[in-house]
Amino acid sequence: MDAAIASGLQGLLLGFSHFEIGQALMILIGSLLLYLGIAKGFEPLLLLPIGFGAILVNIPLAGLMEEGGVLRFFYDTGVLTEIFPILIFVGIGAMTDFQPLLENPKIIMLGAAGQFGIFLTLLLALALGFDKLEAVAIGIIGACDGPTAIYVSSKFAPHLLGAVSVAAYSYMSLVPLIQPPIMRLLTTEKEKKIVMGAVKQPVSKTTKILFPVVVTVTASLVAPLGTPLIGMVMLGNLMKESGAVERLKHASENEITNIVTLLLGLSIGATMQADKFLRVETLLVLGLGLIAIGLDTAVGVLFGKLMCLLTGGKINPLIGAAGISAFPMSARVVQAEGQRYNKKSYLLMPAMSANAAGQIGSIIAAAVMLSVLKGMGIV
Amino acid sequence: MDTWTFGWTVAIIGMGGTMFVLWLLSLVILLLKKIFPYKAAEPGPAKG
Repeated sequence: MDAAIASGLQGLLLGFSHFEIGQALMILIGSLLLYLGIAKGFEPLLLLPIGFGAILVNIPLAGLMEEGGVLRFFYDTGVLTEIFPILIFVGIGAMTDFQPLLENPKIIMLGAAGQFGIFLTLLLALALGFDKLEAVAIGIIGACDGPTAIYVSSKFAPHLLGAVSVAAYSYMSLVPLIQPPIMRLLTTEKEKKIVMGAVKQPVSKTTKILFPVVVTVTASLVAPLGTPLIGMVMLGNLMKESGAVERLKHASENEITNIVTLLLGLSIGATMQADKFLRVETLLVLGLGLIAIGLDTAVGVLFGKLMCLLTGGKINPLIGAAGISAFPMSARVVQAEGQRYNKKSYLLMPAMSANAAGQIGSIIAAAVMLSVLKGMGIV
Repeated sequence: MDTWTFGWTVAIIGMGGTMFVLWLLSLVILLLKKIFPYKAAEPGPAKG
């Protein structure tokens, strides 16, 4: 009897006896993500479930990521199959208003320049010794678009999913800190003060409805492997603009997105097991992610300078920084920077156009990259 | 294919391809706006 009690009590201590320093560290990292999400408001919808998932998966003997474990089930069914990010794209499409872009389509090229950080970071990752597909997954942080980063990294480098996702979402929320110094450095005093005239070209409802269909067909023909990304965003947007399926649109931007965000966050957190996350390569991924967003901003502003030159000074290069996908945060940063140097400067609307272009640009860049990889026989 | 050939190929075609697709989309938008111009009397955007 005494032996039975002793072994029973021993069972209660098993968790402690198997608790390793790495797991303790990961629980602290998970708690830090919770702090950033709750106290600092950094992408709480994602960082809270990611942080908690990281804590759960590092409890010894809980087996949440082992065969049959609940987090393993979410991960296998939603992340490995790419279903979660795809469903999030439908919600994003249903929530996104492309009107600023449709009103001012010339700005769309800034949405391309804002993605160059993806490709430049890919080169940096290769230089640091990452293999080809890992470099692709790291570069995609530069899309500044969480679901795109998750989609690509889960496809090509699932072992980096945790680091890539944390980098993507953390840096997106740090855009107001990352972008301004780069914008100030790359523009002259005169450029910063440029006042942009209002471009107000109303758009017909027919154009708004046809836009998602035409974008899907056009972009998917050039980059067929990106069709799941482009198609789902545009499906969501079609539901929004058509006004014919309010229930579906409402479900996409609310119930579906909310449920999937929770499960996706937990699944990402579940990849942050101590033995897989506490590596030098994780730090490199976080560093390269920061560089990627910095490069996006720099190339966007430089492209803005080129447009400024070509238009005889009608475009304020600062709006180039909004060519990334962090919507509408980046546009607000541009507006604030413009006001800082010229109180009469209102850059919000052109910056919103560039930002909407960045949203499409990030998906197009990922789609193009997937198709190039397919063409090269890498995937 | 060696690493650098891969890297530069993806970077150059990737950047060029992204520019090209977005340029194509800007043309598509202009075309749509030309074919279906806004008329002041038409109903406003869908609510919600």
